[in-house]
Amino acid sequence: MVAPLIDIQDISFEYEETKALDHISMKVEEGDFLAILGPNGSGKSTLLKIMLGLIKPSKGKIELFGVDSKSFKNREWIGYVSQKSNSFNSGFPATVKEVVAGGLVKKTGLFHRMPKKTYEQVVEALEAVSMEAFIDRSISELSGGQQQRIFIARALIAKPKVLILDEPTVGIDHENVQAFYDMLARLNQDKNITMVLVTHDVDTVTDRITHVACLNQTIHFHGYKEQLHTMSDEKREAWYGHSVRKIHHIGGSHT
Amino acid sequence: MIEAIFSYEFLQNAFAAGLIIGVIAPLLGVFIVVRRLSLIADALSHVTLAGIAGSLYLSQSVASLALLNPLFLGIAASVGGSMLIERLRSLYKHYQELAIPIILSAGIGFGAIFISLAEGFSSDLFGYLFGSVSAVSREDLFIVMGVAIVVLVFVFIFFKELFVLSFDDEYARASGLPAKWIHFMFMIVTALVIAGSMRIVGILLVSSLMTIPVATAMRVTKSFKQTIFLSIAFGEISVITGLVSAFYLDLAPGGTIVVTSIFLLLLVLAYKKIMVSRKKGAIA
Repeated sequence: MVAPLIDIQDISFEYEETKALDHISMKVEEGDFLAILGPNGSGKSTLLKIMLGLIKPSKGKIELFGVDSKSFKNREWIGYVSQKSNSFNSGFPATVKEVVAGGLVKKTGLFHRMPKKTYEQVVEALEAVSMEAFIDRSISELSGGQQQRIFIARALIAKPKVLILDEPTVGIDHENVQAFYDMLARLNQDKNITMVLVTHDVDTVTDRITHVACLNQTIHFHGYKEQLHTMSDEKREAWYGHSVRKIHHIGGSHT
Repeated sequence: MIEAIFSYEFLQNAFAAGLIIGVIAPLLGVFIVVRRLSLIADALSHVTLAGIAGSLYLSQSVASLALLNPLFLGIAASVGGSMLIERLRSLYKHYQELAIPIILSAGIGFGAIFISLAEGFSSDLFGYLFGSVSAVSREDLFIVMGVAIVVLVFVFIFFKELFVLSFDDEYARASGLPAKWIHFMFMIVTALVIAGSMRIVGILLVSSLMTIPVATAMRVTKSFKQTIFLSIAFGEISVITGLVSAFYLDLAPGGTIVVTSIFLLLLVLAYKKIMVSRKKGAIA
């Protein structure tokens, strides 16, 4: 039997006195396109950070590709795209080529020079996000949506098996959000890259995803998106509060 | 001037040390600026002052330490200061900038105490504060060479990691890079450069040689590597022009080097403004 790519086993986490995650268990299988949904402060980004090893859970453990995350070495298998606004210094003097090549840093390893075919790999990664024409441009000259595509290319260059994205459309124009999710769906289907993302764009993302996890400190639902309508009203209210409403949608419902 | 360099050992020392510092200070400065750590360089230079003043005081009051090169204690204080800054930054996670005024004022405080305890090294101290063409000894030059080797090896080995860490710290950590260790080594190497550059540029102006050439280069470059090369070029022009004018006009080289680098910055800003208005004119 093939081990899940990410196996979260009874994870809890607190920020000082405040409980952020309470006994979370969840599996992400190969080929999944999972959206983690929840209100502000529900622990979505915290859960992603725990998956990435950026913070340690106070209880429970995570297995990555069947290996305990503490001893997991192949970090290049997991690509990460963070919220643009939280992450890089926007006035940084670097070209798109330099930024994308930076994605090879872990694969290349400490004390080793960048591989000779770095340029070809950069072009290939940029082609996957339709940004090859921008290779020599300065990263600070690009729009929010273009920068986010570059960051996906930076994650793709290391040939990851899973891509973890934290609110990837923050700072992207509304009209470009659709195209952005289309690109993620293509990468999921054509390149068989498993996707895990946290987002608020519920309406836009629903058509592309395969799985949903409803999180608010604890998991209220996790499964195929088509099964979401089976979630009881009580559970739905516990997950999102009184303001939640059910909207009928292709293949099921969403909130 | 060239003849004088061949005739006087002190000039050879000053120019050789100046040329080396002109490379290593802006080289490390690029990483310091893009990581928004410019003020940390200032804090460390003031801690170095405490080490230098302490060493000068000890060499006056303890006979066996009379020949001790003040640079050694300066380097030790600077490296110690960099470790303390890191400790304070982790203690005050939400107010990390607090580490800078704490360490900076501690440096000046200890420096002032040692200066008042030992009377009579004002001429030495002036050289340390603002740099000196005549005071660079052969031993100082060897120390600067040693620091340069450490810096160049460090940047060569960790270049790609330093780039990724500077560009996006969270991504670097998510990729599994030993970000904490690389940052710690980076701080130690920064401390070494500050202590090593101080003989030429002076404690009060050393951070400017790490930041002004970089600020100048960033206005006209697109790539990271271009920024490094142009920062070094601006650094070298400032050091050479500054040292020559300091020698002929009998001025402190720290002042002439920094004023030259400010002049270059103004030139580049003016050039950039002209180019932008020409471009706008062409579009209109």
